[in-house]
Amino acid sequence: MIMMCLAIPAKIISVKEDEAQVDFGKGVLREVNVTLVSPQVGDYVLVHAGYAIQVLSEKEALETIRLWNEILEAEAKIQQK
Amino acid sequence: MVEKLRFRDPDLAKRVAEKIHKIAPKEGTVKICHVCGTHEWTITHYGIRSLLPENIEVIAGPGCPVCIVPASEIDETVQLALKGVAITCFGDVLRVPGSKMSPLDAKAEGADVRVVYSVADAVKMAEKEPEKDFAFFAVGFETTAPSTAVEIINKPPENLSFLVSHRVIPPAMKLLVEMKDLSLNGFIAPGHVSTIIGLKPYELFPKHYKMPVVVAGFEPIDVLFGVYMILKQLSENKPQLENEYVRAVHWEGNTRAQEIMQKVFGTVDGNWRGLGTIPFSKLELNEDFTSYDAHLKHDVKVEKGVDIQKGCRCHLIVIGKIRPTECPLFMKACTPHKPVGACMVSTEGTCRIWAKTQTC
Repeated sequence: MIMMCLAIPAKIISVKEDEAQVDFGKGVLREVNVTLVSPQVGDYVLVHAGYAIQVLSEKEALETIRLWNEILEAEAKIQQK
Repeated sequence: MVEKLRFRDPDLAKRVAEKIHKIAPKEGTVKICHVCGTHEWTITHYGIRSLLPENIEVIAGPGCPVCIVPASEIDETVQLALKGVAITCFGDVLRVPGSKMSPLDAKAEGADVRVVYSVADAVKMAEKEPEKDFAFFAVGFETTAPSTAVEIINKPPENLSFLVSHRVIPPAMKLLVEMKDLSLNGFIAPGHVSTIIGLKPYELFPKHYKMPVVVAGFEPIDVLFGVYMILKQLSENKPQLENEYVRAVHWEGNTRAQEIMQKVFGTVDGNWRGLGTIPFSKLELNEDFTSYDAHLKHDVKVEKGVDIQKGCRCHLIVIGKIRPTECPLFMKACTPHKPVGACMVSTEGTCRIWAKTQTC
């Protein structure tokens, strides 16, 4: 059953005009509509109710983790001093 | 990509929780409101509340788009179904109570009500059966509305019309901020809605209401960092708009989706179940597309319905004023198996999430 605001990341396998085949992981493949984004093969997209709504940036995902650690480590350093 | 990332690292979560404890004020209550059913799921499922200091409350606002559809719009769907129009809808909507019947009750009476995964499937169904009249019940916030707009702009077959029940979130957040007795101290803004609308629509909250806003993702650590960032803003007395979910949300949002939505929809005042009328919060088809309006095509209009059944506390649940466990019907007369209120129906409804987590 679909959750209304849930969007699931999937990897673009192939693109043909407004339709793309995506992999939700573990071989779960599905056609989704990509009118709202312009993904390349290999990109990760957020899929909501059969539509890709945004391209996920791997660089920014890694950046998030780096920032999280930076915040935590900054605090740790202050404590050590 | 997932393997490289540590969005659910328990050690990291513990460290953020420690930071939250350090920065949290020692006195008084801080009330942080989120407005997304998926955030509530993350918070409840991963036990985020148990990691927070007792005086930091995270409450669930009207973030379940199915829960806030008023009974009158369910009644219209039921009326159409009983008239012989085939209704296509998302599974979440099927059991939402109208004044007397849910779409599922109409199906039990013999009406043609079909669940679809996507509005595209509703279009395909209508194409396959050109002799039959179809109506798609379009429910959802800004995450879902663009997909309805894409199909309408592509001119679906004439035997398909739309019952547009889409709502937009920022006007509801404005209503919550202005409810003085709710006394909110900050918002965790909805991540997926924000992928579409971007950050600009939230600017007014820190600017005019001195209310911190952090757009957060849906992993447990995203939410914990969201809470931390709000507490930090409060401790420094610098309310601002921040984005924790940078991997999916950009300042401008999805401009292509915004353009398509603007072509197809305009905003009008809309009734939200349990909240009443919120100015400019409902999407309505623009003039060019009124031929797809199921209300006009099939002459159906219900002005007023019974939004809250007797004893139900959904109107207090959707604004986070009470917890599901404070409702006398919760898990007694109202269960996921036999829901009384809309909040117990959808997998994004606060009561439903709490019920499922309690019984897990």
